[in-house]
This record gives sequence, structure tokens and C-alpha cells, in this order.
Amino acid sequence: MSVRRRDLIALSFAGTAVFFGVWWLVASNKHVNALILPDPVKVIATFVYLTSHTFANYTIQQHLGSSLLRFTYGFVLAAVIGVPLGLAMGWLRWLDYIVSPLFEAVRFVAPIAWVPFAVLWFGTGIGGPVLIIFAGAFPPCLVNAYRGARHVDRNLIEAAQTLGASDRTIIFQVLLPAALPSIVAGLRISAGLGWQSLIGAELIVVSAGIGYLMVQGQSNLDTAIVMSGMIAIGLVGVAIDVALRQLERLVGGTRGMA
Amino acid sequence: MKNRARLVTGIITLLAVCAMWYLTTQATHLISTGRFPSPADVYTAARQISHPPGYANATIWQHIVQSLELVVLGFLVAAATGVPLGIAMGLSPRFEAFVNPVFLMIRPVPPLAWIPLAVVWFGLSAAAQIFVVWFAAFVPALINAYTGVRTVDRTLIEAARIHGASRRRLLTDVIVPGALPFIFTGLRLSLQASWTTLIAAQLVGSIAGLGHVLIVASIDIYPGMIFYGMLWVAILGAAMTFVLAQTERLAMPWHQ
Repeated sequence: MSVRRRDLIALSFAGTAVFFGVWWLVASNKHVNALILPDPVKVIATFVYLTSHTFANYTIQQHLGSSLLRFTYGFVLAAVIGVPLGLAMGWLRWLDYIVSPLFEAVRFVAPIAWVPFAVLWFGTGIGGPVLIIFAGAFPPCLVNAYRGARHVDRNLIEAAQTLGASDRTIIFQVLLPAALPSIVAGLRISAGLGWQSLIGAELIVVSAGIGYLMVQGQSNLDTAIVMSGMIAIGLVGVAIDVALRQLERLVGGTRGMA
Repeated sequence: MKNRARLVTGIITLLAVCAMWYLTTQATHLISTGRFPSPADVYTAARQISHPPGYANATIWQHIVQSLELVVLGFLVAAATGVPLGIAMGLSPRFEAFVNPVFLMIRPVPPLAWIPLAVVWFGLSAAAQIFVVWFAAFVPALINAYTGVRTVDRTLIEAARIHGASRRRLLTDVIVPGALPFIFTGLRLSLQASWTTLIAAQLVGSIAGLGHVLIVASIDIYPGMIFYGMLWVAILGAAMTFVLAQTERLAMPWHQ
């Protein structure tokens, strides 16, 4: 079973080379339209070109900027409502009993299916897309905060109660710190889903943003622009995930130290 | 007793919400029916789309069949490609090294971001939607099959080997059953991703299906139909999750 490390690295390079090689070969075939399948270099060149030239009214950074703004609104809204509600549901049984059936009833509606109502209620500017991002990002925030609060060691809470801690103290000193790792894990999942939903929303309803750039590229049948958008989306998605992973590690590290 | 309290409160809550829905829309018009439909609006929409000629070119049943067909097809193709590839990557470090860099490059691009590309390549056809659904379902299927194989107890594999199991028996009797819980987790995630992605793909570009109903209703500003379309998206999403959970129980009777 022992495989030399050097062999594995060589195989990794070989795999990447085969992928780009096949892509290149197919793209350079005379029968394949360069607009439908551009070669890898053309895609990179287009990406670089879009950073300094406008397409669909803005450069790619400006499109990304407006996407990130919407994402931030929707994500923060989901966290600010979802996390406290989840914690409260874990803490107060009657609230759990009331909210759970409603949540279960709505949960299976795919976030993207909110598009028509989002447009009807909040328009296509910033409100509509924010609702769709919210629909994607809200469930993991709520579920993970709820689970975090439910799985707190009962003994800890009872010990605090025995020692005369007020409810307020218990919530902030016991419940919240113990639920924090679960909450942060939920935030990471919801950031990923929110970012996804944003792309869906932008494909359909807005007039700026990275999804809009891709739709415009699609209607011009310009694959290089579509792929540039995909690269930008992938890079930002990874950046968001890395940032929240750092947060996760930070929270995991401080656990039990106080 | 605890479960009964939960059930009773749940039913009361849902009834209360339905009553409030009726009161605020139909009875008092507190909420304009141009913004949110009343129960009567939804009923009208349901009746209109249930009988020919239906709405958005077809009846609801034809839209449902169209959506289900595409999601099942995309999901099956994804499971048939993702799971074996994941198992192969888990078994062979060489193969993993060969495939992984490309997979890592493609993976961060969310499935929905493939929709414009699919439309350029395949037009507004069923092929475009199957392609996007396939991609959405492929990633979780592969990752979980890989993880499943990697977490199979080494001792079990060594024991089977010492007792003279052939490579094939090792695969079918030890490794695949050992990886099955992970594989099913992956398939569940795949199915959810497939459904969301299909609805999105049909919203963006299609000529039939539930997503198409939603976008036509949105353009027509027909809240009753929007609501009814969303209702079916939710019902079918829940039903598919349920069917997969049942399959999981049948496939792994030892893992309850």
C-alpha cells in the first residue's frame, strides 16, 4: 500500500495537466465554436480584461461588490434573527412547540422558490435578493443554535441554578458559551447556502452583481465571460468559507479555557 | 406526555396560522390580495391549473411529472457516477492524487452558477437541466462515498484479507457496506441539492416544470398561483426526502 509521496505529487500534476490538455484540445478543434468553448488561456485573459473594462455596465469588481453587499445584508439578517430564536427555542419549551411546526412546514420550500414573492414584496433592487439569501441562510442558523442550546450539559445549568445564578447570568455565562461551537458551525453552513442562493437570485432578478454578469454573458453566448463569473464566485465562496473556518477554530480554541 | 404536548401545540399553532391567514386576507383585506393570496385565491389557482389547458402551457400534473423526471434522472446519473468515483478515490491513493486537484478546482463553484453555462451549451432543453442537477448532486455523492471508504475500520479489512477474501469480496462485503451510512448521507444531501437546483434552472430557462410555473406566475403577478407552485415544491421536496429515508432503512437494516 505504501505509495511514495513524490509519485502522488507527480500524479496530481498529471491529473491537472490532462484536464487542461483535453480542454485545450477540444477548444482548439476547428469544429468547436470558440464562443461556446474558449480555451483556458482565453478565459483567464477575459477574467483579467473584465477587471479593468466594464461589461453589463460595471467591472467585475463592482459586480462582486454589489453581490457581497446583498450577501452581507441577507446573511447578517439571518444570523441576527436565526441564532437568538434558535437559542430561545432551546431554552423555552413552549416557544419550541410553537415555532417548530411552522419551521417544519416552510423548511422544504427551496430558497430559490421564494423568488416570485421576493420580487412581488420587495422589488428587484436590494430587498428581493436579500429575502432569497435570507431564505437560504436562515435554517442552519436556527437549527444549529437550537441544537447547541439543547445539548448543553444539564448538570452545568443545574449547578449554576443551585449556586443562585439568575436566568440572565445562566444564558450569557453558561448557555451561550456552551452553544457557541455549534452556532459558528451553523454560520459557516448558512454562509455557503446564502452565497449559493444569492447567485440564484441574481440570475433571475437583478440588474447588477456577479450573477447578472453571467446572465448577460449567457445571452451574448460568450462562454469566457460566464466562466470568468464562475471563477469569481468560486474564489469569493472559498474566501468566505476560509474566514468562517478561522472563526470556528478561534471559538473551538477558547472553549473550556475561561 | 411530552410528545403529546408537542403535537397538540403544533396542531393548534398551524390552525391558528391558517385562521389568521383567512382573517387578514379574505375576511378583512388587511393584507392586499395583490401581495399575498387569500385561501380562495389559492383554491382558484389550484382549480385553474388542475384541468386542461392548465397554466403555463400545461396542467399541474404535467409540470410535476416534468420536474420529477428531470430531478430523478439527474440524481440517478449523479449517484451512478459520484459514488463509484468516490469509492475508487477512497481505495486508491494514486487515483485520488490524479483526480483530486481538478475536483478541488471545480467544487467551490456552486451548482446554480453552472446554469448560465448549461444554457449556452444545451439551450433551454432538458439536457441543460439534467446537466445542472447532475453537477449539484455529484459533489456530495462523491465526497461522502470517499469519506465512507476512508472511515471503514482497518481491522475489518485486514481480518477479511487474512481469511482469504478476494479483492472483489472485500469490496462488496466489507468496504461498501461499511461505507454505506456515509453514502446515504451523501445521497440525501445530493437529493436536496438536486431539487433546489432544478427549480432554479427551471426559473431561469425552461418551457415546463414547477420552476416555470413560478416564473410565469411571477411575471403575471398571480399570487395565488405562486403560492400553489411553492406548495408543490415543498410537498415534493418533503416526499423525496421521505422516500430516501425509507430506502436507507431498507438498505441498512443493521443501522437503526
